[in-house]
Amino acid sequence: MTDCTFGFVGQKHKFVVVAADRSAARSIVVFKQDEDKVLELDASKLLGSAGSAPDGVAFTEFIQKNVALYEIDNGTRLDTFATANFIRNELAQALRRGPYQTNLLLGGLDRESPLYADDEASLYYIDYLASSNKVNFGCHGYASNFILSIFDKEWHPDLTVDQAKDLVQKCIDELQNRFLINLPE
Amino acid sequence: ALASKKKSQQQMSRRYDKVVTTFSPEGRLHQVEYAVEAINQAGACVGIVGKDGVVIAAEKQNVRASNGRLLETTKTSEKIYKVDDHVAVCVAGLSADANVLVEEARLAAARYRYAYGRRVPVEQLVQKVCGLLQLYTQYGGQRPFGVKLVFAGYDDILGTYQLFTTDPSGTYSGYKALCFGQNATNGQSLLRNEYPDEPPALDDCLPLALKVMNKTSDSEIISESTAADDASPHVDLFSLSLKDLGTKDGPKVFSHYLFPQEKIAAIFKEHLAPDAAAAAAAAAA
Repeated sequence: MTDCTFGFVGQKHKFVVVAADRSAARSIVVFKQDEDKVLELDASKLLGSAGSAPDGVAFTEFIQKNVALYEIDNGTRLDTFATANFIRNELAQALRRGPYQTNLLLGGLDRESPLYADDEASLYYIDYLASSNKVNFGCHGYASNFILSIFDKEWHPDLTVDQAKDLVQKCIDELQNRFLINLPE
Repeated sequence: ALASKKKSQQQMSRRYDKVVTTFSPEGRLHQVEYAVEAINQAGACVGIVGKDGVVIAAEKQNVRASNGRLLETTKTSEKIYKVDDHVAVCVAGLSADANVLVEEARLAAARYRYAYGRRVPVEQLVQKVCGLLQLYTQYGGQRPFGVKLVFAGYDDILGTYQLFTTDPSGTYSGYKALCFGQNATNGQSLLRNEYPDEPPALDDCLPLALKVMNKTSDSEIISESTAADDASPHVDLFSLSLKDLGTKDGPKVFSHYLFPQEKIAAIFKEHLAPDAAAAAAAAAA
């Protein structure tokens, strides 16, 4: 819960941002402040995770290797929609066996192709109970109490890259100002 | 001496052809080859890839049986089956084996949809089915499937229509146009000559398929008289294509269309009858 990951799409769905804090902590001890919680699934997809650290790493790496296997087996890359479905399906199957306690944000860019009329960036909010929704912006954890309000006010479909950077900074400032847990990075 | 050597070679292959799980000394799997033979006697099948669809024509054989008149005609085809919205399959060979494989193909397509939320790319589906076919040439001591499958479908990633065939060994090939079964070589030479460099429009594929069908059959099974005879249709003509629902910017759906006899007769009348008449006139002159 103290983990925080957030993200949003910008510029009429031409880019997507996925961000996460970098603290790895248990109880009152902080192990490290430079943990990377956003995994590159492939050259055009990002998977940010929040929640239980071991599950987050195990699951996201499992997804990353399966996505790579698909590309080698079939000579084409999965698009973001299919990847979100695959991830959700794996979480759903594990849910009633040995669930992964991990919340995810999948951000991906799909190039123009017979499937996509134009380049399209998309963001999928996937929670630990295996729900999945395509969203314009989203966040996981306690931080969502603060960041969702910022997004509600500041997000619009035509964000430029510079405006996106400012928006990310606004979110970080708010967290460092108002969130009890110290998230320096 | 030569004659006796040939005989002993035949006897040699007979020693190694009883079970599929044994190679012959020449490195062949005779059971698999015999399975392929089973299909060569099957009714002819023609497949043609077009720019906006795929056409399959298949000769039905049970109509030719002596009790053909007593057989109840079915609305659905005994040769061509829907596997998913965007894939259909034509079967040739042992029908019972074919039914099992069609069901496996349907399951594989549905499982892909369940995992990825998308239609399965046709080649991946074919590879899955081929994986199953290969098992029966290596494990369990069970005979291979005596079936040839022709998959016709649309690939979302490439944006094109495709045609694939599988055989009992578990290998597959992709085609622009194909013909197999009885007298297939006649049909193949016709296709080699007449299939254009670029995939043609669907409406041009239909008469070509019927023309090849006539070439491969002993008698002319598509003629004005047989085509109009609803009681004993010999040929299934099928097309798979995207159809507009008519609404502006609305979704398109895949149409799996089995041509009724009147339509086959109409295509024949419009495209094939004039050529047939001209050929007859030239022969008479």
